[in-house]
This record gives sequence, C-alpha cells and structure tokens, in this order.
Amino acid sequence: MNEVFRKLWPEYDPGRYFCELTTSRPDAGPVPQWLAERLDRIGLEALRARASAAETELIDLGVTFTVYSDATAIDRILPFDCIPRVLTASEWDLLERACKQRVAALNAFLGDIYGKGKVVKDGVIPADLVYGNANYRPEMQDFPVPHGTYVHVCGIDIIRDEMGDFRVLEDNARTPSGVSYVIENRHLMLRTFPDMMAGIKLKPVDDYGRRLRAAMAEVAPGGLEDPTVVLLSPGIYNSAYFEHVFLAREMGVPLVVGADLVVENDRVYMRTTAGLKPVHTVYRRLNDDFLDPMVFRSDSILGVPGLIGAWKAGNVAIANAVGTGVADDKAVYAYMPRIIKYYLGEEPLIQNVETHICREPEGLKYTLDNLDKLVTKPVGESGGYGITIGPRASREELDVARASITANPDNWISQPVVGLSVAPTLAEEGIGPRHLDLRPFIITGKESWVLPGGLSRVAMKRGSLIVNSSQGGGSKDTWVLAEAFAKGGAA
Amino acid sequence: MSRLRDPGLLARDAEGLFWMARYLERVENLARLIDVTQSFESPGFETDAWWGLIRINADEKNFLERGFSADATDIKRFYLLDRGNKTSIPANLEDARTNARTLRPLMSTEMWRQINVFQRFVSRLSPEDLEGDALARVCMRLKDGVQAHTGITEGTLYRDQGWYFYELGRLIERADQTTRMLDIKYTALLPHGAEEKRVAELTQWNAILRAGAGYHAFKRLAHAEFSPEDVVHFLLRDPSSPRSALLCVRRIESHLDDLRRIYGLSAAGEAIEQAEMLRELLIGRPLSHILAIGLHDYLDLVQIHLQKIAAAIGRAFFRDWRPDLETPQEAAAIQESA
Repeated sequence: MNEVFRKLWPEYDPGRYFCELTTSRPDAGPVPQWLAERLDRIGLEALRARASAAETELIDLGVTFTVYSDATAIDRILPFDCIPRVLTASEWDLLERACKQRVAALNAFLGDIYGKGKVVKDGVIPADLVYGNANYRPEMQDFPVPHGTYVHVCGIDIIRDEMGDFRVLEDNARTPSGVSYVIENRHLMLRTFPDMMAGIKLKPVDDYGRRLRAAMAEVAPGGLEDPTVVLLSPGIYNSAYFEHVFLAREMGVPLVVGADLVVENDRVYMRTTAGLKPVHTVYRRLNDDFLDPMVFRSDSILGVPGLIGAWKAGNVAIANAVGTGVADDKAVYAYMPRIIKYYLGEEPLIQNVETHICREPEGLKYTLDNLDKLVTKPVGESGGYGITIGPRASREELDVARASITANPDNWISQPVVGLSVAPTLAEEGIGPRHLDLRPFIITGKESWVLPGGLSRVAMKRGSLIVNSSQGGGSKDTWVLAEAFAKGGAA
Repeated sequence: MSRLRDPGLLARDAEGLFWMARYLERVENLARLIDVTQSFESPGFETDAWWGLIRINADEKNFLERGFSADATDIKRFYLLDRGNKTSIPANLEDARTNARTLRPLMSTEMWRQINVFQRFVSRLSPEDLEGDALARVCMRLKDGVQAHTGITEGTLYRDQGWYFYELGRLIERADQTTRMLDIKYTALLPHGAEEKRVAELTQWNAILRAGAGYHAFKRLAHAEFSPEDVVHFLLRDPSSPRSALLCVRRIESHLDDLRRIYGLSAAGEAIEQAEMLRELLIGRPLSHILAIGLHDYLDLVQIHLQKIAAAIGRAFFRDWRPDLETPQEAAAIQESA
C-alpha cells in the first residue's frame, strides 16, 4: 500500500495481497486517490444509505436471479458493491490482447479437432482428452463454421496473484453469463454515485448489444442483407432469464423459447401472429444437451426438434456453436498454453495459473513431492468435488489424495494456492479488503471485440476466496480508465 | 428511405399481452366492486352485500371449497389475501406479473418497474389492511396501481400489433365485467315494491354506477326521476362511457379492423364477424323488449359472444405456437389453467 493511502485510510489493510486500489500502479494517475477522497467525503453512513437505495432499485427493476426451493420462488439480487474496481489503460491493453489471443486459440483448436485433428496427431494434447471428452460432439465433425468461429461469446475468468500478475483461471466457452451485470452496474453507478465518477474518463460499456447483434449477423448463412437473429432462452424459470431479456432488448431481437421455433424442410421459423417467419441466427442460452431432442436429450422440451439438422444443412447459425465445451474443460485448460503456442506461434500474454499435469511424469513427481502446498483437482469432476487444498488438509487427507493420484495420475492436475487480489469493499467493518476476480466478455464474429472491463465478482465475506453468486458473492462496477496517465504520475 | 422494418410479433407474446391486460383489468374491477360494496353495504345486510361479489365471479363453489365461511370478513380475505384463489386480486396480479416477465423484452422499463412494485405491495397485504378505514385506502391504492399501469402503458408502450392485442384483452375483460356486475345487481334489485324500497334501491343503483365509473356522467344525462332501465341502458349501450359494453365492443371491432388493415392480419376476419354480431345484439333490439324477456338471459348471451370473440382471436393468432391444441375452447381455456 502506498503512502497516500496509509494516511487516508490508516485502518485499511490488504495484507500480503495485491490491492486493486491502494497498491501503486504506474499509470493509475490521480484516480485512486480521488476515489478514496470522494468516498471519505460521502462518508460511511451516506455510503450505506445510497448502497441500500441502489439495491432497492435493483429489486424494483427486477434485476434478479431466481432461487427455487420447495414450492417457493425467491427473487434475489446479485449484491452490488458501490466501490468500483479500477483497471488502468495499460492493464486493460494487456487484458484485451490476452483475451483475443485466447479466443483465437480456442477457435483454432475447435476448428482443428472438429476437422483434421492435427493437434492430436502432432502430440500436443492426448487424443482421449479430446475424443473421449463428454463434451466432444461427433455431430460437429467435418462441419466447418463461418469465419472459423465456434466461440462467439466467451467469458474468461482472470485472477490477479500476490505479485499483481494476471492469471487465467478458467475459460467459459459454452454459454457464459454475467455480462448484463457489467452494464447494469455501470448504469446503477451513474444514477447513484455521479459524484464518485465526475471528471473520470472511462471506456464505455454500452456498445455490447450492438456488437453482439452485428456478430450474430456476420455468422448467419450467407447472402442476406438483414438476417433475422433470435435469442433462444429456456424461459422465465431459468435463473439467468433477466440476462436473456436484457440481451434481447439490447440487441433488438426477439426473445424466443423452444415452442416459438419450428423446423420445416431443414429451415428454422418462428411462430408469429402473421404465420411462420424465417430465422437465420439463433443466439442460444440453452446447453447443448437441450437444444434438439432429435439429436441430444430426447426428453428435452426446451429445445427445437430438427434444429441441428437445419444447421447441418447450412440454413441457420447457432451461437455459440455446439460442442465448444470440449475446449473449456479443466483437463484441456492445462494444455491451453501449448495450444496457444501451437496455433498462434506466440507465448500466452496472460499465463494460466501454474498447472501440473499428473499424466506427465514431471508433473506427477512435482505434485507428489509438494502435496501439502498444492491444490489437487480431479479433471473429470465439477463443482469442487474431490479437491484437496494441501495447506489446509490433514495428514490423512493428504495420504488419501496421494493414493488416488498414484492410482490414476491421468485424472489429476495440481495448482499452487493463489492469493487472489483484493479491492476496498463496503463491508460490516467499514471499507475493508475483499477478494475478487474478473470475467471479461469477448464477442467474435469475423473478428473479436472485448467489452471494456468485465464482471468483477467479489467475495463479500472477510477472508473468503469464493466469489460465486450462489455462495454469497457480489459484484462491482469495473472501470477501465480511458486516459493513460503518465507513468509515475500522482498517487 | 428509412431502413427500419416491421419486426413482427411472436404468437406467444401476442397472447401474453392479451392476458396481461385481462388480469390487470380484473384487478381494477374487483377493487371497484370491493370499494362500493364496502361503501354502500346496508347495515344488517352485510353478508348479502358481500355475497354479491362471490356471485359476480361465480365463485360460490370455489369459496366454500377453500374453507371460508360466508361472512364479510372471509369474503374480503378470499379476494384480497388468498393467493391460492385464482380469482383473487393477489393471484390475478401475480399472473399479470408472470406475463409481464415473459413480455419484458417488449415493455418499457417504467412499465416493468411499476408492475413489479405494485405486485409486491399487493403480495404483502395483511388482515389488518382490510379492517376499518384501511380497506378504503387499499382499494384506492389498487385502483391507483392499475391506473398508473394504464397511464404508463399509454405513454410508453410501442403501438405496433402488440398494443392492439393488449387493448383487445382489456376491452373484452371490461365488457365482460360490466355485464356480470349488472347481472348480479339487477337481479338483486328487481324494481318492485313500495316507494320507500325504491328509494333505498336508488342508493344501490348509484353504487353500481360508481363501480362502473359512470356515476357523474349518468347524472348529467339522466332525468331527475331516472329508472333502472336508464341505468341498464347507460351501462350497456352508452356510446361514450368508458366501461359500457357498447363502447368496448366498438373499439374491439376497430382494433381488429386495424390489425387486418395495417398489419395485414387477414385471420382477424372471424373475430371481426363475431364482434359485429355482438354489436348488433347490443343495439338491435329495444331495451324494454329485452327487459321483458329477461335481462339475465340476455347478459348471458352477451358474455357468450365475448367468449366467442376471445376464442376467435386465440384461434387466429395464439394457437399457432401451441399447435397441438384441437379446439377453440381449449385455446381459450389454456391461459386460465396455466
């Protein structure tokens, strides 16, 4: 923490973690100091009052996700923290380039494995990780997609370690959600805290809908001047329904559910008051499994019978493409640095969290030698099942982990415990440090575009590293400074 | 040349708009009825007065099955607090909000926020809100809530086809409610007996007019010595009263015609024919003739015609997104059961 903040906020202590506001950064200019001074001027009490009014606003506007338990449905809001997270121009430049690089590699990888499979033949990644993957979709084999784009919308989870270096934690290449909060949070800030933002030039976030619509038009079957795009949602009972509405509105396209669409002669139509109307691109917020009961889960009533057939006939685009899950899988993640190098001939601009692959002898040895310092994860599981956190595990737990890994090394990876960066957050003790991550969103049609900033998810509990909304995480407005301040300037 | 285009309207959204309007119209009508029942209940005959509400909504069976007893307190609770009763105000508003949720992509933020906040207010009503002078305030807020919705809709909802379907739902429901109210009250107030009784009944006629938002307009039109026939005429056939059956039907006709003309929805033809028949039914015969034969049967006929219009609209425009439906009755009933 720098001198200015030691004076301004003597109580605030980020400890050994990188702080997104108080740790000195060369091109942050006066902004961090302004923010701190403005927060002090507003005062804790007024801050709390305004924050609570902002949350009421979210409830009134129905900016909610729905939690179902027993027979009752409860509308919850994603807790909003009113102290923004600030990214400098140079940080954003790196993040933006790194995200584009990552998406380019993901698309190249998907095009390859659903094509000739060179990456496997060249021994970059083991065949069973690809073709034995539950998310590999044989339906996609040898059906190239427009512009080679499979991942039209990607959300990449990025964290920052104790040194302040960004690291990719996870790729989300299926139907990533959360982008609506990026834009709603900014609107909320502008309405509720105009005095906090005055005079600070930020990169705008309101172009997302137009960009997405344009990308959806770019990938539509050729030759149409104004292709019809729809957003396919599972409907009002889906927890992300608010986001689906938000995006349909921002794009200016109909929000449809499966029952609105019909396939005749391998062409997709929507049912309107004037009869059937052709549809050319389906931006779907429905998992692969549910898309088409004739191809995938036959019990799905959310999907559209015949949709995959229409896609194979070249009459409709589906975004994201089917089968992208094979690329954002935990096991494949470990190979992403090599995948980037293989296709692009470049080093990753932002590294993975250091990952040891136990199916490789040196990875296995390192993991077994350092079990008490590492997080070990089974690659086939999700939802945190089977994870052992070395520093917090007992002797017995470590022995169990050792036995499991030795028995089947292919199923395991290990990573160091990363100390996520923190940001000042309005908390029970006042303004306190809370851990957070960042999920930028990348839209790709012909080319990639990255929404400035992204979703900053923050763990509202002191000391917690878990930022997920299902576990009490909240979010912050993410500012990208439009102005590059001279390095070594004020603050 | 402008490059803007007609985005069309999903059949499902057309149905959603139609029903959202119906549910909200029911809320306002019910609030009006509760308000006048409260204000004009005859001391000593409270239960009779409140039971009228049950009869208007044909809720006799439903009410007893849900374990209520036939007194004023229980009837108020049945309509204002019981979310499990599909005809209650909270249930109608919840249905309206569920529709609003599916329609959110087409609605203004103001519309959505208002219905959200309104629904929350209603879902939090408690038994204390129905006691003493609190009930009148609740009714006021309920009417305010729907009227705010109506005003925001007028000022912000984009007037393409969707607006027409919204209006059609509202007008059909309104005409239906007017006939139901008239039916029940008229039967209860059949003009017979001594002069004193007639005077007492005047109070009740005034209450009906207030519930139909026509009290002052009627005063301006009527002679000092008005007859029940005059009231019936006003509620059914006045060309200018916003809640008269005739005004509603004329607007239904005109909206359907617009849908056919402006949006090329030729499937509106059947519904237009039904609306024409209903208009004929409303103005074709002298009222004295109708009253002589029996108003109840006549109003039944009007209600059946309204249902036929709704079914024709459903068949022409809504059914397409649920192609498995076989009959118009099913098409008309499906939202009810949903």
